[in-house]
Amino acid sequence: MAVLTERATARPAPVRNTRRIAVAAIVAGWLVLWLILRGHQTLELGTSDLTSLHRWFNDFNDAIGADRNSNPLFLYFFNEIRLVIDNLVTFFQGLISQPSFGRPVPAIGWLGVVAIAGYASWALGNLRVAALAVGGFVFFGLQGLWQESMDTLALTLSAVFVSLLIGIPIGVWAGLSSRVNRLVTPVLDFMQTMPTFVYLAPLTLFFLIGPASATIATLIYATPPAVRITAHAIRSVPHTTVEAAESLGSTRRQTLTKVLLPMAKRTIVLGVNQTIMAALSMVTIAALIDAPGLGKTVVKALETLDVGVAFNAGLAIVVMAIVLDRVTTAASVRAEVAGRASRNSVRRRRAGLVGAGVVTAVCVWLSYTYVWASQFPEGAGLGDDIARTADSVTRWAQSNLSGATNGLRDAMTTALLNPFEDVLTGSPWWLVGAVLVALGAVLGGWRAGATAAVCVALIVASGLWRDSMTTLASSLVATVIVMALGVVVGVWMGRSAMADRLIRPVLDAGQTMPAFVYLVPFLALFGATRFTAIVAAIVYAAPVTMKIIADGIRGVPETAVEAATAAGSSTWQTITKVQLPMARKSLTLATNQGLIYVLSMVVVGGLVGAGALGYDVVAGFSQGQLYGKGLAAGLAIVLLGVMFDRITQAAAQRAAGAPSGR
Amino acid sequence: MVTGRRPAGRFAALAGAAALALVVSGCGGAKVGGSSDSTGGGKGKCGTFNLAVNPWVGYEANAAVIAYVAEKDLGCKVTKKDLKEEVAWQGFGTGEVDAVVENWGHDDLKKKYIDQQKTAVSAGETGNTGVIGWYVPPWMAKKYPDITDSKNLNKYADLFKTSESSGKGQLLDGDPSFVTNDGALVKNLKLDYKVVYAGSEAALIQAFRQAEAKKTPVIGYFYEPQWLFSELKLTKVDLPKYTDGCDSVPDKVACDYPGYLLDKVVSKKFSTSGSPAFDLVKKFEWTNEDQNLVAKYIAQDKMSPEAAAKKWVDANRTKVKSWLP
Repeated sequence: MAVLTERATARPAPVRNTRRIAVAAIVAGWLVLWLILRGHQTLELGTSDLTSLHRWFNDFNDAIGADRNSNPLFLYFFNEIRLVIDNLVTFFQGLISQPSFGRPVPAIGWLGVVAIAGYASWALGNLRVAALAVGGFVFFGLQGLWQESMDTLALTLSAVFVSLLIGIPIGVWAGLSSRVNRLVTPVLDFMQTMPTFVYLAPLTLFFLIGPASATIATLIYATPPAVRITAHAIRSVPHTTVEAAESLGSTRRQTLTKVLLPMAKRTIVLGVNQTIMAALSMVTIAALIDAPGLGKTVVKALETLDVGVAFNAGLAIVVMAIVLDRVTTAASVRAEVAGRASRNSVRRRRAGLVGAGVVTAVCVWLSYTYVWASQFPEGAGLGDDIARTADSVTRWAQSNLSGATNGLRDAMTTALLNPFEDVLTGSPWWLVGAVLVALGAVLGGWRAGATAAVCVALIVASGLWRDSMTTLASSLVATVIVMALGVVVGVWMGRSAMADRLIRPVLDAGQTMPAFVYLVPFLALFGATRFTAIVAAIVYAAPVTMKIIADGIRGVPETAVEAATAAGSSTWQTITKVQLPMARKSLTLATNQGLIYVLSMVVVGGLVGAGALGYDVVAGFSQGQLYGKGLAAGLAIVLLGVMFDRITQAAAQRAAGAPSGR
Repeated sequence: MVTGRRPAGRFAALAGAAALALVVSGCGGAKVGGSSDSTGGGKGKCGTFNLAVNPWVGYEANAAVIAYVAEKDLGCKVTKKDLKEEVAWQGFGTGEVDAVVENWGHDDLKKKYIDQQKTAVSAGETGNTGVIGWYVPPWMAKKYPDITDSKNLNKYADLFKTSESSGKGQLLDGDPSFVTNDGALVKNLKLDYKVVYAGSEAALIQAFRQAEAKKTPVIGYFYEPQWLFSELKLTKVDLPKYTDGCDSVPDKVACDYPGYLLDKVVSKKFSTSGSPAFDLVKKFEWTNEDQNLVAKYIAQDKMSPEAAAKKWVDANRTKVKSWLP
């Protein structure tokens, strides 16, 4: 959730040392008080107990439902939105996935879609990603998942389209005005960290069951990156350029369209990329309210614990994500270099594109007209092979590894998780609250301390203090492991281009493979425990930290590394004394993102034995009388996220001011 | 595919494809989304039948058979909607769901949608009886025969210790969709156990499967009918017998769960629409064995719900006849 930009003023080293001492003192004081006061005022609440706030949420939700058919807001506002979005999705589906226009097949068959995907990838990016796109799309067909993939693509495209339609203008506005930015940021935080399970059921009340609700659920999660990154892009345009344009007499509109937008184009395309990724990560959850596509296949397969079939569908989502990611990344590079290409090569490319356009048009026509080009030929059967292989790998792992995995789980639980949890849940609430506020103030300044105080107060008000602390303990342990892995792998990737190339697709898979797919084997390996939830969170969060740290290591000026090597430093010394310290800003950003990603897996953890907030949310989604408690738990997760985001961001800004060589 | 062939071959393929396309467009030219395209010899107008499909295999079995019969015998256009219970019931009011065909109790939802909002009505029982309770894997029941009496559970508490149970025995609770009294039960029966919330059906099934495969101890909350029983015959632990009203005060519960007569619920609008699909839903009734068989086709033989339904319907024509007008 952080886009770090501003640079804080430099601080001399002694300040950092006193800060370190202060942190140590706070923690030591906490431990002492914990020993004395443990077990008092821990604000415990039973699993099926409710507070009056939870009941009030319930009543509110019921009131909306009862009022639905007479309320003008529903009749004239939500219904209109629903109609527009329903039509948009149905249009895309009719184009590529569902029988339409009175025909038994979609308008464009597989050959046409593959051709368009290849052509668009070439036009927006380059030939390499075009080949990747063609390969990826053919792969969906070979997996036996053509129609499901196209449904997912149609839904994702609609959601991304609407996200950008809303997100980019707001992003530009927030980029131009810091007041708007301050106003928008908490809303975006809320949209990104509020667990989807909390608003999934109410959404169907507002927008009915169907594509509209699924699209809106997706775009709630997918719009924030578009807004944030667009705002960041606008703000990153050098002041001097803007001033020059203004001094030449440009109007505001001219400055925006002629200077700011073109210069921010590359970064905005990256925002598009992140929006697509976020939208794809919602595929399985949206399937719970009848969203068509690959998510349904995953959810259905898991009813019978059919890991193979679920994996096959999950793999299709991963492939789609990788294709879309590489194409949009290539597009953002093209956006940057477009102006610099020689005229000759531009002309050659243009001619090539015209030729390819004709071929694409022919393919589309063929796929409209002929059955062989319309419906993907059956019997390729690659999907069955993938499913079978995944099944046997899982079975092997379950029967051969579970001894070792149980040992690992027990060791981690007793050595790391239980102590953390004991201290956090066993201390009186006001003590933990005071510690959090103090740490916030010391690490991030008074503003971060104040934010922490507000968050602590609201968590107490949510009635779920103890559950929040249990969740926090697991999340902190997960983040520690994520950071350890992130540093090791990130440094390796940052230092070796080869390692980067090999590892990156695995990381992409970790980020986009639906958690539901790997939860089943994890459950067999680790049982329904808090540790299983931690492992799931690591799979999802470690890739982000690795990517950020690798990027930071690569950003360390080569001259610094060369100087160290020339002075006789060993590889170990170069890493610990030069590269890691100089990549400090990336490390802090990685911690921030690591924790936020871990928190976004809290609900998934609730499905595999983590209990606490995650379970509260899941139970609230499943049982009417627990809805209010689930909503409160969702809010508590948001609050934890906001608190740590503000503290780590403020700390990062300070770190950026410290000597970092950039 | 066509790419590798010689021109003559390609021409033939194209011609063949064109012919095929003609055939397909000839007989499949039904208008998409058009009302009541009667595929079978349907009697009466059926139109579209919106059937909720809740996410468990037993429900899927009910829905598959009802959908199959509605399509083949009544000529309905069945739209299955994959939804969680809570969302499905909400759909009664918004007119997007016509029927829920396996409901486990859910008195809260009944109160809200049948009594208060009056958007849903009951459509009778499915004939299936649901059992909720505590179960142990078969190997444990064999090795410790007296474990099936809850009075002896404290004797075995040590066996069930895990990393999650803080020194007590672990009672694994599961799917949050089901009401559980286990916290109160453990307290009121004075058991030395801690309830650990697994959070999903998948977590429970994996726990029982691993326990049987590795001969490790586990005790947990489960229910029948459930497809797992065709693979693994779990043994139920007897809690103090259920009597009427013994579970009326949640904190004081010290008795077993009641048996659930699973039932069907339809939207008010559907019930008065005169659709033959409503009569089908109302008359639909079968046994636990029937459901288990279809669930097994789906879960273990990996048949599609449609194929599983067809297989069962073809073998049980007389039963199906009794559901039809």
